[in-house]
Amino acid sequence: MLNIDCPWCGKRHETEFRYGGEAHIARPEDPAKLDDAKWAEFLFMRTNTKGYFAERWLHSHGCRRWFNVIRNTVTHEIVGSYKMGEKPPKLPKPAGGAK
Amino acid sequence: MVKYSIFTIARNALTGHKNWPKQWRSPEPKATYDVIIIGGGGHGLATAYYLAKEHGVRNIAVLEKGWLGGGNTARNTTIVRSNYLWDESAAIYEKSLQLWEGLSQDINYNVMLSQRGVLNLAHSLGDVREGVRRVNANRLNGVDAEWLDAERVKDFCPIINISKSARHPVLGATLQRRGGVARHDSVAWGYARAADALGVDIIQNCEVTGIKREGGKVTGVETTRGDIAAKKIGVVAAGHSSVIAEMAGIRLPVTSHPLQALVSEPIKPVIDCVVMSGAVHVYVSQSDKGELVMGAGIDSFNSYAQRGSFHVIEHQLGACLELFPIFSRVRMMRTWGGIVDTCPDASPILSGTSVEGLYFNCGWGTGGFKATPGSGWCFAHTLANDAPHPLNAPFSLARFESGALIDEHGAAGVAH
Repeated sequence: MLNIDCPWCGKRHETEFRYGGEAHIARPEDPAKLDDAKWAEFLFMRTNTKGYFAERWLHSHGCRRWFNVIRNTVTHEIVGSYKMGEKPPKLPKPAGGAK
Repeated sequence: MVKYSIFTIARNALTGHKNWPKQWRSPEPKATYDVIIIGGGGHGLATAYYLAKEHGVRNIAVLEKGWLGGGNTARNTTIVRSNYLWDESAAIYEKSLQLWEGLSQDINYNVMLSQRGVLNLAHSLGDVREGVRRVNANRLNGVDAEWLDAERVKDFCPIINISKSARHPVLGATLQRRGGVARHDSVAWGYARAADALGVDIIQNCEVTGIKREGGKVTGVETTRGDIAAKKIGVVAAGHSSVIAEMAGIRLPVTSHPLQALVSEPIKPVIDCVVMSGAVHVYVSQSDKGELVMGAGIDSFNSYAQRGSFHVIEHQLGACLELFPIFSRVRMMRTWGGIVDTCPDASPILSGTSVEGLYFNCGWGTGGFKATPGSGWCFAHTLANDAPHPLNAPFSLARFESGALIDEHGAAGVAH
């Protein structure tokens, strides 16, 4: 069970949130110029990191705003959250088990 | 390999069962192999077995970072069926079910396949239409399927609650009578023993740490037990597929999530079929030991932790009690999680890659157990011929560029 720190509302239970997957996937600036391989990369290919991972969450049963979280996908440790457009917090040294 | 039979049991009974040979060897890795399979789960072992048996490749190693039957092969809810909607999926899952039907004889190991029938419940008019459509599609593809209305569902599974006043009333169900359950760790052990007998080296406690390449071609792997050379590598690493892909500089469309399951204390036989509901998020069967085996959907977030959040279990048990009020005082005994690699279209990837000699079998997501024999059979063909079998050709990585996705969220999204 995750306790997620919403940058606007503070720490809340995981069930108040909706997951948005990998963060910082920028929409292509000029979609018309993309070939099929680049579209596949944007739409489908994912980093799926084992370890510290930047991901998006939506506080759907709260302020209904999107934000980013850095979480370890092995230990479920949450390093911190930050608003859209902000810089991510500094990563700690890899914790036990994370590679 | 000592053939298992009633005579072998009788002979060993005379010596107090003290002289059974080991089921497979634990060899030291050789310096070089023709084919290396990364991942000693059911799919990897089946791949090695069919490579040796059907294609005559004998110089094979299966590298397993843990031990056999320690990953998803022993963490699932053991359901076997083939009633998928689309032609491509129906073909590969039906091939798998046909292999299941002869598997115990083929590998001389009792995988305890029990074709007790699988119900997929419908709870809304939309579900009913989708279910009837799936029955028709299955029949056109030669997959056995029937539509049952609520009364006939009750006949087939008497403890189910079909009250019209339920929050999500049961309006009907699809039934695949040839579906059922199998013994999960028998599948790992049986394939391991049969592959070992054909000369396959099964190397446990051997974690791959790097993929060696030269001029866009694989040349071998780096492992915790030294470097091993190979001409071809088949990656069958389930939840850790992306980790291996990164070692080879390849991107995959899969994300890893926990999928939880749980069992109750053992009780007397009460349910003799498999019941699945995609709408209320639960599936139930009863093991031979009497435990109710249940599962539901994945945890939403990415994870490699083999555990999930408790609210997912709470949700699935709520759904279960609505369907089966009789379970209200049954205590749950164990819960666990496996890491599944889900694909955007809920269909697997059995494919070559941009690196010559490197093949991936992944993306089975929440429903890989049923596909174990078919997946191994098709992947062995792909590795042996450097080209996919027609059954797995549609499941290539290229489909994410071409757009020819095989959307099985209806058949695989929650129901496994």
